[in-house]
Amino acid sequence: MTRTSDTETRRNPRRPKQVFAHVFLGAMIVYFLIPVWWIVVASSKDATGLFGGGSSLWFSENPNYIENLEALFTRDGGIYLRWLGNSTLYALSGGVGATILSILAGYGFAKFAFWGRRLSFSLLLGAVMVPSTALVIPTFILLSNMGLTNTIWAVILPTLLNPFGVYLMYVYAKDAVPDDLLDAAKIDGAGEFRTFIQVALPLLRPAVVTILLLSFVATWNNYFLPLAMLSDPNLYPVTVGIGQWQGLASGQNSGAASLWGSIIIGSLVSIIPLAISFLALQRYWQGGLTLGGIK
Amino acid sequence: MMPFTLVFLTFLVAPLFYAAYLSSYQSALVGGTKFVLFDNYFKALTDPEFLEGVGFVLRFSVILIPLQMGLSLVIALLLDQITTKFSKVARLMIFLPYAIPLVIGALMWGFLYSKNFGPMGELFGLIGAIPPELLSRELIFFGLLNVVTWQWAGYYMIIIYAALQGIDPTLYEAARIDGASNLQIMLRIKVPLVTPALVLILIFALIGTLQFFNEPQILRPLAGGAIDASFTPNIYGYQQAFLLGNFNYGATISFVLGAVVFVLVYTFIFATRRRGGFML
Repeated sequence: MTRTSDTETRRNPRRPKQVFAHVFLGAMIVYFLIPVWWIVVASSKDATGLFGGGSSLWFSENPNYIENLEALFTRDGGIYLRWLGNSTLYALSGGVGATILSILAGYGFAKFAFWGRRLSFSLLLGAVMVPSTALVIPTFILLSNMGLTNTIWAVILPTLLNPFGVYLMYVYAKDAVPDDLLDAAKIDGAGEFRTFIQVALPLLRPAVVTILLLSFVATWNNYFLPLAMLSDPNLYPVTVGIGQWQGLASGQNSGAASLWGSIIIGSLVSIIPLAISFLALQRYWQGGLTLGGIK
Repeated sequence: MMPFTLVFLTFLVAPLFYAAYLSSYQSALVGGTKFVLFDNYFKALTDPEFLEGVGFVLRFSVILIPLQMGLSLVIALLLDQITTKFSKVARLMIFLPYAIPLVIGALMWGFLYSKNFGPMGELFGLIGAIPPELLSRELIFFGLLNVVTWQWAGYYMIIIYAALQGIDPTLYEAARIDGASNLQIMLRIKVPLVTPALVLILIFALIGTLQFFNEPQILRPLAGGAIDASFTPNIYGYQQAFLLGNFNYGATISFVLGAVVFVLVYTFIFATRRRGGFML
């Protein structure tokens, strides 16, 4: 009894602010969810429901999800599924590749003294500041000379470069892996490679998960690079594919209604994988995202 | 180390040098490719369309960055203040847009803005007002401002929030004993202690906004004539290289844009070095 009244009195002075905070955050949730809400609702509609009649913020009376999904996955010979597959392939290979390279390079910078270390580290910091899109056009011309444009490599290879990932790994490895521990492992007879795999790598796990997640998301969301590199619709990731559909539909005045329907439900479907993985993995990323922030 | 160096050289250093090399040539239908040294740069620096794009992204950054940083800071501070279950839900919901591809985010807002699909007419009709046309030439600036803020504020909020959680709570106790109010604790203790996170965010936001491409490119078909082919430097470069086949000039624009970003960001880091302490 005394305890409750105690917390009560301690809480009371802060009450007004708590109410304000809740209301404000509630409004923010509404703002951040509106587009998602709209797309979930709009996906339930057929072409007529989409363009007229009924509220655009509430579901159609007879939800059309199944038909719309069918239309989406059969359009142009089922190309949407291919796009999803491509996005997954690019994001996984680009994400995993970039992470491995970041681990090796970041760890190298943090734990080895080698010739030219200072110079290459300042180059790396400079590279973090080079906007990735500024590299797209020159990279395109380079790859085109090698005959690699319009192949999956044109999308995967450039995404392997992640200077910020290297920087994160460097910051983390410097503090998280004590030099003494590495020396001890070497005295015990472990080689450089074994020390790295068995001693250092487990300590680096939070940073690894974070870099993996960041580069996976970056590749999944990538638009400019694949747009520039690819001309074969069979190689498009979802982002470019839907973008092209949208350009197509905007160009037509009539007859595009069913295409709009596919664009809308296609957008919804493309959000689901990442949204689910973020919810499922929140334990891992919430701490990790700050790595660059605090030192 | 070696593999990264290889990728670094191939996909960063090589394209940069190649861009520099390309930008010193000009190809014409008659006369083929010829060496022109800095002509392309003079052309870019006096090209009204390119300069207009640069002007736009600079104006956009100046408005956008304080706005979205302010918003994410306020949200993070409030979330840090309350410890209910609600705060956990709010955190996830506000972060959600980060998991949505930029292209899809821009598309969804494009739909919401549009007269054909969107609820704007409906909502403004309720209060008897005419909905603003956020895809029109006059208001597209705000339309884009909203899309980008929506997309990134949650991510920035998480970074700031996590930094706030890392602060030693005994500092608050001490301040409270000294008679500090909650607001004072926020402004005098919390904000200064998350400054490194803020500096980091500012740098990312700056790099991201100056290379603005995805959102305007996606909204172009929906926005009629409001977004033209030289709206931002990146759109202009893309247009020159891929639609007009003028790769030399496209590469020049990339190079100039890259250089502008690099110089601005480096200056900024140098200026805040003593206070923020980002990197090194």
